[in-house]
Amino acid sequence: MDLRLLFQAIVSGLLTGGVYALIGVGLNLIFGVMKIINFAHGSLLMLGMYCTYWLFTFFKIDPYLSLAITVPLLFLIGAIIQKFLIHPIMEYPEDNQLVLTMGVMLFLENLALFLWGPDFRTVKVSYVGTVISLFTLRINLLRIIAFAGGLLLAFLLYIFLKKTDMGKAIRASSEEREGASAVGISVKRVHLISFGIGTACVGAAGTLMTPFFYLSPHVGHLFLLTAFMVVVLGGMGSFVGAIIGGFVIGATESLGAVIFPGSIGQIVPFSLFIIILLFKPTGLVGK
Amino acid sequence: MSRVRKGDPIRKLSYSLAFLAAACVLFFGPHFLSSYLLHVVILILYFSFLGSAWSIVSGYAGQFSFGHSAFFGVGAYASSLLYMKSGISPWIGMLVGAILAAGLGGFIGYLTFRYKLKGACFALATFAFSEMLRTIALNWSLTGKAMGILIPLTEGGSFQDFQFISKLPYYYIILFMVLAVLLVSYGLDRSKLGYYFKAIKEDEEAAGSLGINILKYKIIALVMSAFFTALGGTFYAQYMFYIDPDITFGTNVTIEMIVRTMLGGAGTVFGPLIGSAVLESVSEVMRSFLGEYKGLHIMFYATILILVMIFFPYGLMGLLRKRRP
Repeated sequence: MDLRLLFQAIVSGLLTGGVYALIGVGLNLIFGVMKIINFAHGSLLMLGMYCTYWLFTFFKIDPYLSLAITVPLLFLIGAIIQKFLIHPIMEYPEDNQLVLTMGVMLFLENLALFLWGPDFRTVKVSYVGTVISLFTLRINLLRIIAFAGGLLLAFLLYIFLKKTDMGKAIRASSEEREGASAVGISVKRVHLISFGIGTACVGAAGTLMTPFFYLSPHVGHLFLLTAFMVVVLGGMGSFVGAIIGGFVIGATESLGAVIFPGSIGQIVPFSLFIIILLFKPTGLVGK
Repeated sequence: MSRVRKGDPIRKLSYSLAFLAAACVLFFGPHFLSSYLLHVVILILYFSFLGSAWSIVSGYAGQFSFGHSAFFGVGAYASSLLYMKSGISPWIGMLVGAILAAGLGGFIGYLTFRYKLKGACFALATFAFSEMLRTIALNWSLTGKAMGILIPLTEGGSFQDFQFISKLPYYYIILFMVLAVLLVSYGLDRSKLGYYFKAIKEDEEAAGSLGINILKYKIIALVMSAFFTALGGTFYAQYMFYIDPDITFGTNVTIEMIVRTMLGGAGTVFGPLIGSAVLESVSEVMRSFLGEYKGLHIMFYATILILVMIFFPYGLMGLLRKRRP
């Protein structure tokens, strides 16, 4: 095995990991605060991608500038889903919550199919082929931007959670729901904002990926298990864990793809995921 | 007296008559249906069969699986490969597939339940297993990779090859399968085994402290469920004559099972049948009106699903009878 190829694979995996981290951070926030496993997460990613696509196609807005629109829009969509669909069943059995988010997923995917058809689409920006050479590595600029953007947004969210009152309220409710509401935090509002932020994160991740990935109504399926893997690997409810999980999954995926022929390399992250679930369900970082 | 005595002859007679009438409709009714309607009825029965199979572990024993496509795919591929490569009758392949799937269920069950995965973690672990199998099927030359398997047709159909020109034989086969799985569900509602399952679902720790071997009964539930699910996989392969990794091992199969069962009511005898009947009829009617708008009919049924989850958490069956305490 060519060592340079392995090194290249690890680096490109880590770059993808930056986007996975952002997807995972969003899913994890929702899980941490509401204890809900959100099966619609992949389809929300898809919505973010389409949003970027249409802004680019119709208004020639650069995909990265479209973040200014996709992020608030996805926040709003997330808040609406939380207010009208998730909130009414917060106290129901877990199975119902899972199936409800599955219903949301089916709805969104088929909404996209209905509105925009099943075609695969791509966004072609003028700088698509720009490659940066670093030592012996050759890296596509778009992936570096996605990596940096993903980490930057995750970092901003981290600051928000640590420094602002709302952020503190979110962290308090994720640790102790009753206690938080006892000290006067409006848990309902916290849930609304958390789901909104979680959705905005995955929407932003969608935007960052659009320039180098295809989109279709069912593209979310590709990232659904990945998102869960990132979250479980790092530790459910752990912010730093999701970031680390993103890198680990990104790197193992990419290494698996280089070492094994075809897509059989996918088995590597799947196995890692199952092993972590079995032997350390709290994740790498979790307590 | 408000309650009629059990031995009341009139009541007994009316029950028998209703039973006889239902049997007549089920047996002779399909002869009068058009090919299209018969297809719809077969789909209703087929999804209800899968739903009931899923419900054994996820409804009765309360372990929510999101990876049942693994068992479905094993059933579909086992019978198809045996038939295609060595000419073994799909009937035997069906049994082989079911036994393999049961073994896989035992393996997954042992691993996950031994390490006390439950709720979302169990769902995610089963999801990962099914995706693993999908990846293997996509990359293995034996399973035809992404091309899938086109089942070679026998001219004029043949019972031995599980191939028929008319849809009627398929109807009787799936009807028989549904009756069998309903009988099992009915048994679970009344047997010691079923009570163990329910006890585990309601309160695992309490069940354990009463001396129920939790690990053993959870595994039994998953093995039974996997066995039946695989039978459905073979039926699908022989009805459609084509399988590929995404169709069989993909998440869609799992979602189809879950959606219909939860709509009707998981862990009830007739829930999956009712859920499947309602969803399939609604979906067919919508499709005939809105067929040209791709996706609209599924949006419609996703909406129904969401509304039922919010307003009737125990499914449509929950409407018919009082909530269990």
